[in-house]
Amino acid sequence: MDPVIEEKPSLVTPESPWIGAGQSYASVTDKIGGIVLTEKTPKGWFLGFGIAIIFVLILNMAISYLFAVGVGIWGINVPIAWGFAIVNFVWWIGIGHAGTLISAFLLLMRQKWRTSINRFAEAMTIFAVMCAGMFPLLHMGRPWLFYWMFPYPDTMGVWPQFRSPLVWDVFAVSTYFTVSLLFWYTGLIPDFGTFRDKAKNLFVKKIYGMLSMGWRGSAVHWKRHETASLLLAGIATPLVVSVHTVVSFDFTIALVPGWHSTIFPPYFVAGAIYSGFAMVVMLGIPLRKFYHLEAFITERHLNNMAKLLLATGFIVTYSYVMETFMAFYSGDQYERYMMMNRMTGPYAPWYWLLVACNIVIPMTFLWSHKIRTNTVSLFLIATTVQIGMWLERFIIVVTSLHRDFMPSAWGMYYPTKWDWAVLTGSMGLFLTLFYLFIRVMPAISIFEVRELVHKTVEESAH
Amino acid sequence: MSGKDNLQTPIDLAAVRSALAKSGGKRMWRGLDDLAESREFRDFRDHEYPYDDPKSRLGVSRRDFLKVTGAATTLLGLTACTKLPVEKIVPYVNAPEQIIPGHPLFYATSIPFRGYGTGLLVESHMGRPTKAEGNPDHPASLGSTDIYAQASLLDMYDPDRSQVVLREGHVGSYSDFLDLLKELRGQYLAKKGAGLRFLTEAVTSPALADQFHDILTQFPQAKWHQYEPLARDNVRAGAKMAFGEYVETVYHFDQADVVVALDSDFMSSGPGSVRYAREFSNKRRVTGPDSSMSRFYAVECTPTVTGVQADHRLRLKSSDVDAVAGSLAAQLGVKVNSVVTAPAGVPAGWIEAVVRDLQNHKGACVVVAGEQQPPVVHALAHAMNDVLGAVGKSVTYTEPVEANPTGQFQSLRELASDLDNGVVETLVLFGGNPVYDAPADIPFLDKLQKAKLRIHLSLYDNETAEYCHWHIPEAHYLESWGDARAYDGTAGIIQPLIAPLYNGVSAHEILTVLQGQEGRTGHEIVREYWMKQKPGANFDEQWEVWLEKGVIPDTAFPPKKVALKAGVDSPVAGSSREGGLEVVFRPDPTVWDGRYTNNGWLQELPKPVSKLTWDNVASVSPTTAQRLGISNGDVLKVSMGGRSVTAPAWISVGQADDCFVVYLGYGRRRAGRIGTGIGYDAYVIRSSQSPWFASGLQIQKTSDTYKLVTTQHHRIMKENGVETEIESQTAFQRGLLRVGTLENFKQNPDFAKNPPEETTQAQSLYPPYNYKEGYQWGMSIDLNACIGCNACVIACQAENNIAVVGKDQVSRGREMHWLRIDSYFQGDLDQPKIYNEPVPCMQCENAPCEYVCPVGATVHSPEGLNEMIYNRCVGTRYCSNNCTYKVRHFNFFLYSDWNTPSLFGLRNPDVTVRSRGVMEKCTYCVQRINEVKIKAEEANRTIQDGEVQTACQQVCPTKAIVFGDIIDSNSRVAKLKGQSRNYTLLADLNTRPRTTYLAKLRNSNPEIKE
Repeated sequence: MDPVIEEKPSLVTPESPWIGAGQSYASVTDKIGGIVLTEKTPKGWFLGFGIAIIFVLILNMAISYLFAVGVGIWGINVPIAWGFAIVNFVWWIGIGHAGTLISAFLLLMRQKWRTSINRFAEAMTIFAVMCAGMFPLLHMGRPWLFYWMFPYPDTMGVWPQFRSPLVWDVFAVSTYFTVSLLFWYTGLIPDFGTFRDKAKNLFVKKIYGMLSMGWRGSAVHWKRHETASLLLAGIATPLVVSVHTVVSFDFTIALVPGWHSTIFPPYFVAGAIYSGFAMVVMLGIPLRKFYHLEAFITERHLNNMAKLLLATGFIVTYSYVMETFMAFYSGDQYERYMMMNRMTGPYAPWYWLLVACNIVIPMTFLWSHKIRTNTVSLFLIATTVQIGMWLERFIIVVTSLHRDFMPSAWGMYYPTKWDWAVLTGSMGLFLTLFYLFIRVMPAISIFEVRELVHKTVEESAH
Repeated sequence: MSGKDNLQTPIDLAAVRSALAKSGGKRMWRGLDDLAESREFRDFRDHEYPYDDPKSRLGVSRRDFLKVTGAATTLLGLTACTKLPVEKIVPYVNAPEQIIPGHPLFYATSIPFRGYGTGLLVESHMGRPTKAEGNPDHPASLGSTDIYAQASLLDMYDPDRSQVVLREGHVGSYSDFLDLLKELRGQYLAKKGAGLRFLTEAVTSPALADQFHDILTQFPQAKWHQYEPLARDNVRAGAKMAFGEYVETVYHFDQADVVVALDSDFMSSGPGSVRYAREFSNKRRVTGPDSSMSRFYAVECTPTVTGVQADHRLRLKSSDVDAVAGSLAAQLGVKVNSVVTAPAGVPAGWIEAVVRDLQNHKGACVVVAGEQQPPVVHALAHAMNDVLGAVGKSVTYTEPVEANPTGQFQSLRELASDLDNGVVETLVLFGGNPVYDAPADIPFLDKLQKAKLRIHLSLYDNETAEYCHWHIPEAHYLESWGDARAYDGTAGIIQPLIAPLYNGVSAHEILTVLQGQEGRTGHEIVREYWMKQKPGANFDEQWEVWLEKGVIPDTAFPPKKVALKAGVDSPVAGSSREGGLEVVFRPDPTVWDGRYTNNGWLQELPKPVSKLTWDNVASVSPTTAQRLGISNGDVLKVSMGGRSVTAPAWISVGQADDCFVVYLGYGRRRAGRIGTGIGYDAYVIRSSQSPWFASGLQIQKTSDTYKLVTTQHHRIMKENGVETEIESQTAFQRGLLRVGTLENFKQNPDFAKNPPEETTQAQSLYPPYNYKEGYQWGMSIDLNACIGCNACVIACQAENNIAVVGKDQVSRGREMHWLRIDSYFQGDLDQPKIYNEPVPCMQCENAPCEYVCPVGATVHSPEGLNEMIYNRCVGTRYCSNNCTYKVRHFNFFLYSDWNTPSLFGLRNPDVTVRSRGVMEKCTYCVQRINEVKIKAEEANRTIQDGEVQTACQQVCPTKAIVFGDIIDSNSRVAKLKGQSRNYTLLADLNTRPRTTYLAKLRNSNPEIKE
């Protein structure tokens, strides 16, 4: 957009639920752009980034040791051959759901409130999927042969075994990652253009110039951009549903009681959105606070996301109830044993903690408008949900495996320090990437918020 | 060679052709190199391969000279490490007859264990022994072996074996030692042997005994002592008490309808145990409702392999067994000197019921007493067999098999007192480790040091070697010549499979020097001995036949007539009858008396029933544990007669109350990298007066706990006020183990059958495999025959190069055994019925592991095998998760030893040694199937039933495992699967396993209520 062109000055008055009063095109550009293009990086950023980097180093150490000696450094065994790696994989993939859902699904639904949260939610998706994508590779016994999972033209003529859901996973996750990345990048192009124009440092100008891929803001550009965004949104929306459906197949296709269940696909998708929104809240609240973005991420935004949490939380609750009911209603002795074991066995405390985190706490408190709009309480509830969703995957993976069909082969899973190192390390990696993101890219979509300013002013004028 | 050279001298094939033409086309040639003598061809070759050019061989450039000298200097250093044989060696140009690379050869030999021989056929690949199988022609083996024979292979390749002659702890020379021996001979010839002593373990070897005989003639005042910590003294003394002389008892369990075992583990230890297991199970083999079974009563202190097979198992303190024997004998009409009453703990009517059962089967019953029971129990058992008319039928007596049967504790005691008195100058120890395993009241270390010269021949530089002036590495039985008698006297030749790896020598070769016949080899000694025994014109031919068969015919001792002495001393209420706690000493079920402590296979082998690995424990019954407030892993201070040791507690279901069983064989100080320092040393509290059990045990619980590791977990929980063992309860609920009584089976032969709805084949989206053609392999496991002896587990390990992972990894649930034996308990925890169930891969027709593998590393073969392709496996472990039987094992680390060269020779070359990150599992010994298949195809025929034997099947002493082609309706496996007892594990999951089970039956006595 060329700022030289004379325009009717747009100023948001009075306050709209989606954007603070007094915002204009210029103020939006300055505020959001200023975070990146400022000379001074806040001390707090360095602190947070520094802490995150420490965990990346831990992750690095854990992975190096893992590759050097093997997956035996983890707590996995026979019968529990999958442990934290798969738990983390499913958890991160789940988190990666909200971004695309917000951008693509809400875009198609023409929801105005997506504009100020979609950018960092999409970034979150990319980073979460990166964290997730790391785990299937790490958990392999011979990770250097990971490419055997792909259908490449092998000289021996061997193919992946297409009946295995792990192969489906490869396609689902890589497709999802590619589309999400494209979608995210497409959205960033006009903002990179703005940065190129605003940047004072020549080197920075060049970088953003390259990233903006020749964006000039012409009407043709805008039209094409709009079409591309819509198309990508159309592609991405079904992917949101398909990825976690396929991930859930990793479990449902197996015979293991506690895995072999038809409710898993919708249950996993709902759970993914649940944890994804919780993560958006967990990122949005500090971002809003430390960079003073209250004008863009309004109370109403938080309230809406909290309501979404409540809604998806209900689907998750329903799934838990149905899973339990079906275990008993089926009359299958293995299913029944599995469910009783979950509730009363050695991992029962974790099961009940999961119920508390995912059902009791959010379902009790999120009804209150006050709690929904209070940033502290909402942040805490989102954290609880995040823990609960991690525990859910832990319970599904571990308690189902540890006592399945043959009692002589029952066992216990105890995570080792390396399991924890990889889990916390992946969080560190996620945060590191996120810190870098808010430092060098617009955490909120500038052009879309400007559009929102335009629309808000238009609407209030009528 | 550059292209330019090529251009200069083009290949002159035309010249070669013309040379051929000149010869008139009659000359035969096989290839171009056959024409090498033609000059043209030679030139061509020299250009093509310049290194062969005679010109280049003559002229050496400066560069080449430096290269060669440099290399030579480097190699000079290496020659120091290369062992060049002294004798003339012949290059392998003309391969010796018979040896075809890839085709193993089998040699017959015998493994001596506690002196007694068991016949083996040892598989040899290119001169390396890799696997021991039983020798079907040998009476003690009948084609099967126990765990020790299987594991002895690993012992031979053990890198920790003693490798050099040690002289006072430093490397010595064997020739110096021979000089010393010659000097000793001269010295003692003059002194008539006064001061010269020998200490051996039990000896049945006729050739060795002959040498000793000669030595003792030449040195009349020398003495030959024998000691083994688990000596069969009570057996000998019992026979003496009954008959006035020591005779060997041979049982014929296949003739016995009723068997009573008085604290006897006759199926897993003791001479002839492998044979006895076969005979016992043959008598209990059930084919249909009209089959009969023998009935087995066992009285024992702690569950053993034998005892848990009992139809009626009575747990009693070891010291109470004599009273049971006494009351049984009295009621059977044996004349005993005083009236005895059955001890408390024997249910009312039990003795009477057993007596009636025995009397109903006169002449077809066996009463067998355990080695650890006092002589009087043995005497009573002999008397009972006599009264029951079993002698000559199901029980026979022969001359002693041991060459020089000696009361071994007495023998050691004499040696010790002679050492104290300074009578002993030179002590030569052949094998054994008395410094470690002598009873505590004979502190052998102190005594030993009183001998002026101590010579020790042993496989290991062990605790005893440390205190000897000379230690000579002994040759393993697979490396040396020898002979050994089996439980019935049958002699077998021990022939070496390989030259000694570490220049070891045998006792024969040392004794011969003292005999004054230096230079005779073990081979000559054994051969000449037998030449003397069985002279004949065609001895050489006979000898070869004996070697081939592994058995010398007609050497079994004929039955001997014995007369029972009148009146047997009845058990006296002695010290053992005092209340309080009792200690029971038992050999460890896997490492025995400590001689196998450094054997990784045996260490990791889960001990029967408890499934403990890598440790010994002090086991106690649940009731006593509760009374004393002891739980698993509590460290106890176990004190006996002023001596004490700390031991971890283990609650053992089915054990008698008020006694602690301590297992010998651990707590070694100098065993090797595997065995040193693990477990505790129970010899510390063992006295020669009561080496098997004793009262007056003090138990003190310390605040420490110790981590014990098992491969199967059992949790005891209170449910509705009744203590139950959750895993077993669940297993029975799920029909994993199906048990019935013989009576019920006769009424309802289909009691174990899977209901039809479980066996209906469900629809599948995927096209079915064609299971109607070719070979379709399957396996049947008869739970009624299986005794849980573990031989299959270790045979599988040996056959399939299965790695040992160590205690820490086992504790994490990562043991690698492809075949496991599950134990389940039923009923009251104090007196449960204990069942074993071997679980290999089920080779499912609808295998859950196959469809989840992302890379197709586990696939189905047209013959119904579920195959594992190691080099395709990327290690996602999904297959293991989805395996409903959890029989897959993963290499979480690099478990196989890729670094220890001595172990390379042990590996079966037909089986891949797995590396890190791949899954592995039972393959039905696919390498054996393929070997037979190739043979059959070469001969243009089909595989005969029984031609392919899996390793577990071949070793099984009771033949509980049968493998074969299931579509051949005449095959044994198909017939077994057709039996009504046949059932499938988890049939309702539609995995359709190829391995099925035959339900367990118990032949309980209706008179005994339980």
